Amino acid sequence: MNEKNILEIKDLSVIYKTDLETVAAVNGISIEIKHKSTFGLVGETGAGKTTTARSIIRLLPAVGHVTSGTIEFEGKDLLALPEEEMRHYRGNQIAMVFQDPMTSLNPVMSVGDQIAETIKIHNPQLKNEEVDERVEETLAMVGILPSRKVEYPHQFSGGMKQRVIIAMALACEPSLLIADEPTTALDVTIQAQVLMMIKELRDRLGTSMLMITHDLGIVAKICDDVGVMYAGEIVESGTVQDIFEGKNHHPYTEGLFGSIPNLKSKAKRLNTIPGLMPDPTALPAGCIFAERCKYATDRCHKEHPKVSVNGTHKLCCHLFDNNGCRKEEE
Amino acid sequence: MSDNHEIPLLQLKNLKKHFRLNGGAMLHAVDGINLSIREGETVGVVGESGCGKSTLGRTILRLIEPSSGQILYKGEDVTKISQRKFRPYRQDLQMIFQDPYASIDPRKSVVEVIAEYMLIHKTYKTRAEVYNRAAQLMDMVGLARRYASMYPHELDGGRRQRIGIARALSLNPKFIVCDEPVSALDVSIQAQILNLLMDLGDELNLTYMFITHDLSVVKHISDRIMVMYLGQAVEIATSEELFNNPLHPYTQALLAAIPEPDLAMRDVPFKTIKGEVSSPINVKPGCRFCKRCEYTKPECEGTDKPLIEVTPGHFVACELHKN
Repeated sequence: MNEKNILEIKDLSVIYKTDLETVAAVNGISIEIKHKSTFGLVGETGAGKTTTARSIIRLLPAVGHVTSGTIEFEGKDLLALPEEEMRHYRGNQIAMVFQDPMTSLNPVMSVGDQIAETIKIHNPQLKNEEVDERVEETLAMVGILPSRKVEYPHQFSGGMKQRVIIAMALACEPSLLIADEPTTALDVTIQAQVLMMIKELRDRLGTSMLMITHDLGIVAKICDDVGVMYAGEIVESGTVQDIFEGKNHHPYTEGLFGSIPNLKSKAKRLNTIPGLMPDPTALPAGCIFAERCKYATDRCHKEHPKVSVNGTHKLCCHLFDNNGCRKEEE
Repeated sequence: MSDNHEIPLLQLKNLKKHFRLNGGAMLHAVDGINLSIREGETVGVVGESGCGKSTLGRTILRLIEPSSGQILYKGEDVTKISQRKFRPYRQDLQMIFQDPYASIDPRKSVVEVIAEYMLIHKTYKTRAEVYNRAAQLMDMVGLARRYASMYPHELDGGRRQRIGIARALSLNPKFIVCDEPVSALDVSIQAQILNLLMDLGDELNLTYMFITHDLSVVKHISDRIMVMYLGQAVEIATSEELFNNPLHPYTQALLAAIPEPDLAMRDVPFKTIKGEVSSPINVKPGCRFCKRCEYTKPECEGTDKPLIEVTPGHFVACELHKN
């Protein structure tokens, strides 16, 4: 494992297996997250972003199985750890902020107790007063009056609930924070407040982050590296500069950018990507995007493209040869 | 823009909807909206959750009865007439709902959902004609006819929203309230639906009221935009004017809060506004935004601020722009 990285995912595949069907949710993805940097995972619903995140902290639902790959965190393969040992990492060194603040808090426990729970589990030696103190510190850190710790989740608004959840995640000062669409359920002005807070805390505490989002605007604001996910694969990855300013892009990334109504341009029509994501129970043999791609050739439908690397920029498309440059028309 | 003597398609005069809560407190969901919508234009209504934009949309169609104020359709007051007499107007005034999963009867097939309104309003004499028309509507919104006998659960969100659109179009309406029609959809599907709505608008000369919380969507689709805050309109302007020259501090804050997919803006911090939307229950008169506003003056409280026309077509309700 590279010294610079805090997390390395190699060739991870996850399936959801039920009696009726097998869903290939994640298909051989590799991700590297550097120390103190933020990796943004972008994609649409069903691309496998949340599955990837849940595999890291090993909270997949019962039907989910990792079929191949390794997830190395600070040199240890998380997937090989016994559950006992995994608990030491989960919530302590790797914490997760879930998407929906309305449903991820316990409604019958005061928010202070919920934050204290995490701290107590991972620091059994602390006295009650010390735990209390830490709870108040964490609440103050996310901009909530410490005196509100005795209140229950229903007494908080959506934005405040999300702050509580972030406080819980940061309570044990994890070295890796996984944020799964942390602001999707919030209004824009509240989203701006929460994003700024996450950014500020990340810089102050030196936390590495995996940011899952479908909003390219958030990626541009927060992330250092980006992976674009489609139907369980990472079709393009690189630094934010590679993705936002580079010349060569995967046709899906191109389509994704074209689909966003732009505040600056005056274009009358949006560029759409025709069609839908392939059915994950029966993925095509060739390139997964070929069905919707305007550049698709026969080869794309038959042969799965290999990853081509150009510095930090990786592309998974037949259009690009080994050094990531678009091939001349033959 | 065109001559002022023309009767607007729809006019709202001091429209209010207050809900009585347990204990007698009043929730001011819509609190005095004045708006004229001309034929063929698209008016965007933007605001955060809880600002009353959905209630406004429903009140216009009298799916919720207004508390006071007037709704004029082609100059006629339709606020007080009975629901029975209002029924013919429903053919002209339609709605596309937010959630394509919850707004469609799961026990009806696609073609039955689309045909339902035409059967209720007895638009055609025979069922065969109705189903013919339903099939045409499916073509119009880009639903392949092979889906006709499928049930909604077999389709994805984008296709379901197309059913909702076909259903809204089935009675040849003049005016459609679109209540967050794309917020439940992924961006690539969202773009497909937005393009479809714009094409249909041009083709059938529809007038839209487009309710959304997404400013980039509203800019894309609207001719004019109304920004709402706690039941009131704080700013109305043409789409271009609003984005180039936002005057109300709330509008400015909303625009500043959008994360743009542009690296040049990466290190520019958001200009965030403090606090959250205050409660709409038993609101006191005065600017609703003054508690979060950085320019608050003592005059901001006490009396409601009327919309003032600052430049032609650009209205703002703010003490800062009184003259």
